[in-house]
Amino acid sequence: MSEIATYNFAYLDEQTKRMIRRAILKGIAIPGYQVPFASREMPMPYGWGTGGVQVTAAIIGPDDVLKVIDQGADDTTNAVSIRAFFRKVADVAVTTETAKATIIQTRHRIPEHPLTAGQTLVYQVPIPEPLRFLEPRETETRKMHALEEYGLMHVKLYEDIARHGRIATTYAYPVKVEGRYVMDPSPTPKFDNPKMHMSPALQLFGAGREKRIYAVPPFTRVVSLDFEDHPFEIQTFDQPCALCGAEQVYLDEVILDDKGGHMFVCSDTDHCEKRQACGHRGHLAPAALEPAQ
Amino acid sequence: MDQMDVIDGGFSAPVFNAQTVFRAVMDAMARPGTVQQLAELAQPPAPLAATAGAVALTLCDHDTPLWLDAGLQVSAAKSWLAFHTGAPSAATPADAHFALVANPANLISLENFAQGTQEYPDRSTTLILQVESLTQGTSLRLEGPGIETSATIAPTSLPRHFVEQWKQNGARFPRGVDLILAAPDGVACLPRTTRIKTTEA
Repeated sequence: MSEIATYNFAYLDEQTKRMIRRAILKGIAIPGYQVPFASREMPMPYGWGTGGVQVTAAIIGPDDVLKVIDQGADDTTNAVSIRAFFRKVADVAVTTETAKATIIQTRHRIPEHPLTAGQTLVYQVPIPEPLRFLEPRETETRKMHALEEYGLMHVKLYEDIARHGRIATTYAYPVKVEGRYVMDPSPTPKFDNPKMHMSPALQLFGAGREKRIYAVPPFTRVVSLDFEDHPFEIQTFDQPCALCGAEQVYLDEVILDDKGGHMFVCSDTDHCEKRQACGHRGHLAPAALEPAQ
Repeated sequence: MDQMDVIDGGFSAPVFNAQTVFRAVMDAMARPGTVQQLAELAQPPAPLAATAGAVALTLCDHDTPLWLDAGLQVSAAKSWLAFHTGAPSAATPADAHFALVANPANLISLENFAQGTQEYPDRSTTLILQVESLTQGTSLRLEGPGIETSATIAPTSLPRHFVEQWKQNGARFPRGVDLILAAPDGVACLPRTTRIKTTEA
């Protein structure tokens, strides 16, 4: 503890936590609405999850167990450094196991293991405004949300169909929350959109640079926008995970050599490791896991 | 007024107590109809009760104008809140970010409080109602986000014509007020999205 004596618990000062906590409560009360908040400078650059970190810092307590993932992986730079940050400033228990975590901070994936009541998923969001690339003026997008005027978003999806024959948006696929607000689910692959619908877990979204917090309470309707003749579809993969053989999961392509060799593996490392430990094998998996040295 | 009444009775561990209370309120707001247990963490002077006082300490500060009902306005609790939170008092209910209500049965109607605007529906009042119980009153069946099928709470006492007032509050969505019900043993919340299902007798 002596290391952190100069910092308040969870890094933020209490006034900042109160301000963020008030924004979180409003976000929960108005699902999908982006609540402005006075985002602070954090000891990491914008774009590295400052919004998610502030939300996590405002809700975390000494009894929490934190998991941090970056594109589904527990062992990539962003995940490792944020996990280390909270170990240092809040002295909390950390885990890589989805089922054991009470708070999961995520950058762009929802874990494959189903979430449960009592868990909170904290998303790091780069651009919270789903209409931003269609209308750059905040005053206008705010009015569009106020008037529930989302025609422009449907035009965008329609233009996809006109150009590509299908809706070409594959990530940050817009959703409508509880039949009212159109929301950016953060740049998660659209594969994960159905997991947001009626999830038993609370979902909080923090955008540090853009200074917005929003939320989806548990058991809330989250519907991906589509058309009757072009219904929403998630990505499918024509082969299982090369390491654990999992199907119906989101896969990452890994390049193996400079001769076009590649393999598809689970993006959720915890899920993949758990399956391998249970004896599931993909076609490129080592025959037997080497015993730890 | 005893000076010590005003100064004593704050959180004994401000950082961790505030986190505990906030998580209870957050979970209650995310799951309307559930009662989140809360130990007595603050000892405010009467007529402010421990739970309502703890919620105020957790959420209010110099950025949040606070409106007090008539009973609290003339009590030592007003000075206690001023000392511990630094929250300015709201000149009118429409200016309040938070309203603290010791006697909900006599509360002015909800439409008097800040409702937010269509562009900024978050600029509305959150009311902290001090109730005697969350199980002994008339049962309210709740539906809406945060509730899988339906939930029930039975708070006492609530403002007059509450079911009708709440229906009007819901009709203003996304504008509207949110309620934190503070009982001696815990908190429950009614965010503006929660609908009270009226069952015909």
